[in-house]
Amino acid sequence: MTSQILDSSASTTRERGQSVFPELEALLPLIAKPIQYVGGELNAVTKPWSDATVHWALMYPDAYEVGAPNQGVQILYEVLNEQADVLAERTYAVWPDLESLMREHEVPAFTVDAHRSVADFDLLGLSFSTELGYTNMLTALSLANIPLHAIDREDHPIVVAGGHAAFNPEPIAQFIDAAVLGDGEEAVLLISNIVKSWINAGRPGGREGVLLELAKSGCVYIPRFYDVEYLPDGRIKRVVPNRPDVPSRVTKFTLMDLDAWPYPKAPLVPLAETVHERMSVEIFRGCTRGCRFCQAGMITRPVRERSITSIAAMVENGLEKTGFEEVGLLSLSSADHSEIGDLARNLADRYEKTQTSLSLPSTRVDAFNVDLANELSRNGRRSGLTFAPEGGSERIRRVINKLVSEEDLIRTVTTAYGAGWRNVKLYFMCGLPTETDEDVLQIAAMAKEVIRAGREASGRRDIKCTVSIGGFVPKPHTPFQWAAQLDHESTDARLQKLKDAIRNDKEFGKAIGLRYHDGKPGIIEGILSRGDRRVGDVIETAWKNGARFDGWSEHFSFDRWIESAHFALEETGVDVDWFTTRERDYTEVLPWDHLDSGLDSEWLWEDWQDALSEVAVDDCRWTPCFDCGVCDQMNTEIQVGPTGVTDLPMPSARVSAVLIQGLCGN
Amino acid sequence: MANKPPERDLAPVIQKLRLRYAKRGRLRFSSHRDFQRALERALRRAGVPMAYSAGFSPHPKISYSNSAPTGVASEAEYVEIGVTELCDPQKLQAELDAALPPGLDVVEVIEATSSDFSSRLEASLWEMEICAPAQEVMSAVGALMESTEVLVERKTKSGLRVFDARSAILLMESVTESAVTGPGGDQMPPECVILHVVVRHITPSVRPDDVLTALKQVGNLVPLKPIRVTRLAQGPLNEVGDVGIEAEISIRDPFDPDRVLV
Ligand code: SF4
Repeated sequence: MTSQILDSSASTTRERGQSVFPELEALLPLIAKPIQYVGGELNAVTKPWSDATVHWALMYPDAYEVGAPNQGVQILYEVLNEQADVLAERTYAVWPDLESLMREHEVPAFTVDAHRSVADFDLLGLSFSTELGYTNMLTALSLANIPLHAIDREDHPIVVAGGHAAFNPEPIAQFIDAAVLGDGEEAVLLISNIVKSWINAGRPGGREGVLLELAKSGCVYIPRFYDVEYLPDGRIKRVVPNRPDVPSRVTKFTLMDLDAWPYPKAPLVPLAETVHERMSVEIFRGCTRGCRFCQAGMITRPVRERSITSIAAMVENGLEKTGFEEVGLLSLSSADHSEIGDLARNLADRYEKTQTSLSLPSTRVDAFNVDLANELSRNGRRSGLTFAPEGGSERIRRVINKLVSEEDLIRTVTTAYGAGWRNVKLYFMCGLPTETDEDVLQIAAMAKEVIRAGREASGRRDIKCTVSIGGFVPKPHTPFQWAAQLDHESTDARLQKLKDAIRNDKEFGKAIGLRYHDGKPGIIEGILSRGDRRVGDVIETAWKNGARFDGWSEHFSFDRWIESAHFALEETGVDVDWFTTRERDYTEVLPWDHLDSGLDSEWLWEDWQDALSEVAVDDCRWTPCFDCGVCDQMNTEIQVGPTGVTDLPMPSARVSAVLIQGLCGN
Repeated sequence: MANKPPERDLAPVIQKLRLRYAKRGRLRFSSHRDFQRALERALRRAGVPMAYSAGFSPHPKISYSNSAPTGVASEAEYVEIGVTELCDPQKLQAELDAALPPGLDVVEVIEATSSDFSSRLEASLWEMEICAPAQEVMSAVGALMESTEVLVERKTKSGLRVFDARSAILLMESVTESAVTGPGGDQMPPECVILHVVVRHITPSVRPDDVLTALKQVGNLVPLKPIRVTRLAQGPLNEVGDVGIEAEISIRDPFDPDRVLV
């Protein structure tokens, strides 16, 4: 392949794909935690630039310590690098100390693997778990010298957004070239193939040519090929393709048969300290419990399980490749795996005599969940137990479709405290549709009951419970997508009442910890979640005013966002409240209606009406299909066990290569 | 059941091994804690039969001595581990090195047959690559070595500390070629001077950045870019004759006593 020469700064020229590490290295002694920018993790891959036709830079738009453990990025990194003519490297958001030095010394945005300039890549893929990463994307684009607006780009990387937030990419439509919905594995391979053919054919039609090819696939959304028209009152009139050859709706990717995709096979082991110091194995995707507030549950349907045989193999292989001491069995609700009991027992047997600990992020409120936790902590390592009733009153739990009764909770915590757990965490939300002060005050009543039951079950007074409260933000593709978000003043007032109710209780107050955030960040998350293309200017203005790392309370500024929104939305006739605290009605065209998560909008609306009349629905794994639309629309199906396998073969005992043969004790 | 630590095989330490490792190239930016995590994982990957402490969160028996600061490379860092089955030092070296990322390299492993290892680490030989005109560097070196005391300040966790950086410096000379081999030891920009500096380990410790601060203070030295530093050796100090007679000062291999007894 011929190499292209790029103009970087005024005086130096650098070949495409050449390392910028020498320039970066000079800055590293001047900043905090330089290790996060140097790469070199165990199991990281660097390929020669010229070996590949298609070059991907994969970005997790948050700090390295958050981004490096991210499973999605690790999976795509490996899937892509397995392709002979594809190369993928990772990049993360740089902290402001390095950002300003990079600007001063004209060091461009770089990947941590081979420290190549992000601008040199053919594609920049961003994984947005949350909307609060949008401003970090703009920092990266500007540090990479990539024009912020997609229409101004020429020979620049194609910017592709994925992750849960990409189910409504409209607020970032002006900054991205493409968005993909759903599971990334097959999506990145499809995109790579289209881009490769286009490159090999001599780039016919230029940038527009390849974007059109992507759009035609029907599962890559190219915002520039769709026009949004507005009604005089500010609502959307319609979203239509502006050319005949692109589909009017774009569908999500759904990976079937997880056993065929056992990634990551060689998980990365960061040197820097990260938020998850463990290895993760995903045990299933999707969730059909149908909690109405839960976007993850709605957009990842149907449930697809990995078999326990392949889970156990991934655990064993991963431990061997990484040396991690802890394994997390991940999914949206891990206790729901159809063979979780057998899996837990087998893994606990296997690792009982070792220092390896197992964790199961499950917040299901039932005694079985406690049994699982007991099983997994047999070898003595105990992290906390968390249960998520989500709503304080029986009534509000019917609204959100979280079918947990107070008796369930009391029985569950009784089992937990009785089994020796000293601290139980309870997770709730505030600001749910139809919620009143009374619903939230019920949280205090519930927590007191929990302590009362716990003291009785354990016979001790020193047991504790921690109540964590998250602010509810209505999300696209959920039954609550039409709901009014609670304004931040009301959220704060409600939480204050709850706090008083707990603090003023002489008998139990001291045993109950309360954790919550104020309501302001939720409002910004709200406008970024349910916004339309007009919100793009709000993001850009906020970023120009200094917004970075909005998911970090020490960097987030509500006032900066509100001022930016006033400025950017001035001419539009809509404002922050319009996007957040306004309830929508059935006829309104929502910004994401042309993006197909598989959920039938009729069904979503009925579910919303059921919520308002406090009617619950069951899980389709154990009751008949209730026609949410996903399986039909996406041509998918529920894939769950049981497989019939109950006992897994124990791995052959590993003989360590470091021992002196014949001299070891056993 | 959760009130007492579970029964676990607490096999006793039957062998102690001492490791010398290097921190090279871009991984010199790893901190001591980063290395600790990486080593513990590598020990598990390599299947080393580590001895563990008792209690709720058992720790593998590892003791670290005197690690180089974050950002400083090293050819001579030392760790001691306790194992529950006899291990072959050569095999351990190879396996452990393979289990660590390139740049954290296990250079030598030796069975410990002596005690008091850490007290043997009396001084370090540092290589400092300073990018500034040679004349300026050398005149600063001269000024520093002629002083009897140079007070420097350093920010520590407990606030600003002032101490003498001069008395710990036993030797400071320029060399024409870097003694660092392997990744990170190559390309030296032409306008740089390489100094070899022997510093005695005292309390508070005098680190390479303190030496640089002292050079800046007494010689108005202004490096053109951040200096690059590598610890080349640490160990017992050989001081024959008067301190200050350069050729007589050297650092011995701290593994020597273990080798003698094997
Ligand atoms: S159980 Fe409910 S909250 Fe949890 S993932 Fe499933 S739908 Fe979402």
